[in-house]
Amino acid sequence: MVVGERKSLAEIKDMLRPYGKILVAGCDTCTAECLAGGRKQVAELAAALEMSFRLEGKEVAVQEISVDRQCIHEFLLDVIDKAQDTEAVVSIACGAGVQSLAERLPGKPIFPGINTTFIGETANMGLWQERCRGCGDCVLGATAGLCPVTRCAKVLLNGPCGGSQNGLCEVSAVLKCDVPCVWAMIYERLQQLGELDRLTDYCPPKDWRPGGGMGPRQMVREH
Amino acid sequence: MTAEYSAGSKLEKIFKSGQKAVTGECGPPRGADVEHFRHKANFLKNCVDAVNLTDNQTAVVRFCSMAAGRILLDMGIEPVMQMVTRDMNRIALQSNVLGAAALGIKNLLCLTGDHQSFGDHPQAKNVHDMDSIMLLHTVKTMRDEGKMVSGTEVQGRPAMFLGAAANPFADPAEFRVIRMGKKIAAGAQFIQTQCIYNMERFRKFMEMANDMGLTEKCYIMAGITPLKSVGMANYMKKFVPGLDVPDSYITRLKGVPKENVAAEGIKIAVEQIHECLEMKGISGIHLMAIEWEERAPEIIEAAGLLPRPQVEAD
Repeated sequence: MVVGERKSLAEIKDMLRPYGKILVAGCDTCTAECLAGGRKQVAELAAALEMSFRLEGKEVAVQEISVDRQCIHEFLLDVIDKAQDTEAVVSIACGAGVQSLAERLPGKPIFPGINTTFIGETANMGLWQERCRGCGDCVLGATAGLCPVTRCAKVLLNGPCGGSQNGLCEVSAVLKCDVPCVWAMIYERLQQLGELDRLTDYCPPKDWRPGGGMGPRQMVREH
Repeated sequence: MTAEYSAGSKLEKIFKSGQKAVTGECGPPRGADVEHFRHKANFLKNCVDAVNLTDNQTAVVRFCSMAAGRILLDMGIEPVMQMVTRDMNRIALQSNVLGAAALGIKNLLCLTGDHQSFGDHPQAKNVHDMDSIMLLHTVKTMRDEGKMVSGTEVQGRPAMFLGAAANPFADPAEFRVIRMGKKIAAGAQFIQTQCIYNMERFRKFMEMANDMGLTEKCYIMAGITPLKSVGMANYMKKFVPGLDVPDSYITRLKGVPKENVAAEGIKIAVEQIHECLEMKGISGIHLMAIEWEERAPEIIEAAGLLPRPQVEAD
């Protein structure tokens, strides 16, 4: 899923300050799962905006809406409808949702309420971790199902580098938290699978064209 | 290894003559102060065969290793230009290899580089289009087959003697020699190791390298960094990625009066050099006297490695 984190209230308020009628639009799939952009967070943000602007002596009318997916046209129709009566929309969907909305609301200011961060998994309660960069040419078959393109800080395809120690990546020292070395994990898993030989093969430079190297990507499926 | 030279650098010739080689290291400054750089490099001039030029080491911006290489050539010192894949994509890397060869640089050390979070620009977008092993393979292919990564033909092949780094102290321990073998297979003709402090572990690393036949395919240089102070030893132990400084050295430095700590550090370095040179498969010493270049000559002299062989590069 796409993971995101809500922007600070101060930043959202700065974007919305010129407007009196605001719509907060949520998305009940990915960003709801990471507790950033679902209907509950829509209600929280709407209340926070009203209250915070009121403390500054400014009354704003904040409306709320949340749909199943802001990245699919049919689901957006309700948002588009409701947006007609407002001066600005703040979307707390991922970046794809925000842009889908902007393209369909010409002349209406649209603002992002969250920072879209990565494609990842819910690893634990309140913990989301990056797992995929959408490189367009999946290498997981050769790396025991663990992605070095995403999870190695140096995107090594011939790892682990000399900074791997006790199963941790060298950035752990600077970040002051334990960042697992994905190549140490790959090594361990390949060992369990009896496939350590894979690590002696030279991996040539990756073709980044499917990974966005040619500009914006699109996929067309023939009917 | 064949007697034919791939670059004809002084370093390559010394290795191929069967003599032990000695390299030093000189980090370019964080500005355009070329005089300070020349001053530091001058200390190394007659006591090493070639000098490594770091490429924005620890991801701190410094003047580039290619410019530093040209400055050394003008001073009559042979450069080992370091190149990291962190900051440039395959277009820029190959371009710089060609440019360096055109300037007369004949030794190239291919590295991935420390992560940019260690440096003074942690906000930078890293590149990592290639890793060190891909860079080795790329330059070898440019030199030997006259082809770039894309298959485009090279007009004038870059004659480079290719080197790589190896860290015997990183994990998984049993994989480190295998990875060094991967670098050698990709094109590394010489290896400079990470600073060695844990002799026991290094000995095991070399035994494995000998068993795998790697020391017959490649010249391995033991990396030595003299400890200037107790503070430096502690810093290396705690903060430098992939370094293993045993407490015994720290205890030894603490055990002498403050004014003798530097001398004790040098004594340790000389002992380490002797110990490494006695190991089977060690072809030379890479002395990294970090911001202590002025003490390099006495260390090398005390180690019995002076005078250096008089060899001319092609």
